[in-house]
Amino acid sequence: MKPILLETRGLCVNYGRVEAIHKVGIRIRQGEIVTVIGPNGAGKTTLLSALMGLLPARGEVSYQDQSVLGTLSVDALVAKGLVLVPEKRELFGSMSVADNLLLGAFARHRRGDRDHAKTLDEVYAIFPRLAERRKQEAGTLSGGERQMLAMGRALMAKPTLLMLDEPSLGLAPLIVKEILRIVVQLKGMGVSILLVEQNARAALQVADYAYVLENGSVAVENSARALLHDPRVIESYLGLGGSHSIAA
Amino acid sequence: MDSAVALLLAQDGFTNGAIYALLSLALVLVFAVTRVIFIPQGEYVAYGALTMAAVVTGQLPPTMWLVVTLGIAVAIVDGVVAVREGAKSRLPLIIVKNAVLPIAAMVVVRLLPLKELSYPLQVLVALAFVVPLGPQVYRLAFQPVAEASVLLLLIVSVAVHFMMVGMGLYFFGAEGARIPPFTEGGLTLGATFIQYQTIWIVGIAALLIAGLALFFEHSIYGKALRATAINRTGARLMGISADLAGKLCFTLAALVGAFSGILIAPITTVYYDTGFLIGLKGFVGAIIGGLVSYPLAAAGSILVGLLESYSSFYASAYKEVIVFTLIIPVLLYQSLTTKHVDDEDEH
Repeated sequence: MKPILLETRGLCVNYGRVEAIHKVGIRIRQGEIVTVIGPNGAGKTTLLSALMGLLPARGEVSYQDQSVLGTLSVDALVAKGLVLVPEKRELFGSMSVADNLLLGAFARHRRGDRDHAKTLDEVYAIFPRLAERRKQEAGTLSGGERQMLAMGRALMAKPTLLMLDEPSLGLAPLIVKEILRIVVQLKGMGVSILLVEQNARAALQVADYAYVLENGSVAVENSARALLHDPRVIESYLGLGGSHSIAA
Repeated sequence: MDSAVALLLAQDGFTNGAIYALLSLALVLVFAVTRVIFIPQGEYVAYGALTMAAVVTGQLPPTMWLVVTLGIAVAIVDGVVAVREGAKSRLPLIIVKNAVLPIAAMVVVRLLPLKELSYPLQVLVALAFVVPLGPQVYRLAFQPVAEASVLLLLIVSVAVHFMMVGMGLYFFGAEGARIPPFTEGGLTLGATFIQYQTIWIVGIAALLIAGLALFFEHSIYGKALRATAINRTGARLMGISADLAGKLCFTLAALVGAFSGILIAPITTVYYDTGFLIGLKGFVGAIIGGLVSYPLAAAGSILVGLLESYSSFYASAYKEVIVFTLIIPVLLYQSLTTKHVDDEDEH
């Protein structure tokens, strides 16, 4: 079995008195695509924010065999290769595509790694569309291009674990397919991926392992292939009908 | 008013306007990146001018103990944070950077024959003991409340202003000071006489502005500051920490302020509390740019300089009133025309 890259135990996050996620335990092994699926409001984005150190959380998070929760700041985590592509993309709208990408390499630049020209070529090879638009302002890009830029910017940081929050959100089916193809390509390049998706079928098709998050807790976990054929998951997330919870 | 007087006033207006422009750019930068309305900007002007005045007469920079004390305070605060986060390995660097370095600088400056140094070196010595106050003030006063509301940051800003004015009185005394011009004399251009110092001020201000523009357009740190101003969350996720961005822009603001002080000290007597009014006029310029636009802020500042200069001729008793009243129509215009744009909500 491949070594564990990131593991959480009993991870809890509160918004005021409301518990957004409760005792979540997930595990990501090196070189895997792990997906977290679940309905709106299940706590998927909260989970990613907590892993990134953006929200105060309780429990344990170990990344690369180091306990990181509450001890490492966001920039320290980025420097260690933990990079998040947020749901809202959070691009630098009035700056050019090329500048957005360059800033992706900021953490590397800070610690003396000035070899980002090579990474930039790689990113342009993965997303030829970005190369065409390199001088254009990020704010003028289409939805699909924005997602590509957000991913490209994250790749400039040379991530060990890339966390993608709803990369398919608001995109046309063809572009979703393209994005997921690239996710698989990245796995082939040795990047581990934590993919959070509402589009469960698409996510399960590319992932190795999957967790179903419901009401802030892990309801089901299994290999992605098994979940694709799990009647409870089919009924709740993949099929057409089925409104009742799978945890009940 | 004949044309000679008009030209003289214009010259005055442009000279002051250039300084206000520098300060307004620093104010816009600090606000865009940290949301702090930086009232103490003018104090750096006074500190710069008065420190330079001390250095040219061969005295030690009066604020060096302040720099050392704040440096030690920063080392303690950062050290405690590092220990709490279990990163004791960072301690040596923290101590060297914040405490040892200022003490070493203080020792070195005691050994230097300050009075005999060349002018540019004296400027460097003065800057070395004023500019560190920028990041130090950020670390101690603003970083702990960096996530707070604009109003709270403004209140802290006002407090820092009073602190710095008080410290200014303590370290520099109530006496004003002037320094010799960079170059004596001037040149006659048609009907007007232009002092060389005026040319120095406008020239160096223009160079500094061009330098800042280059920094923001072409260096990765400048771009990181712009990125932080555009999208704080996005910048954070790329490893551009708010602390780093804050310290960097406070350093720039202190540098711009101190340099402005050194530029104006030959043409006007600077007192420990002179900076406030100068800073406020830069602020009026920045407001004309809506606190976001650099070119508009610079242009607005020149306008402020010219308005001040001509109103001091026509109604000298009301010159400040006229300048500060300018802010009312500007605010009115902006509140009527500006659409509220929030980058954070943009998809």
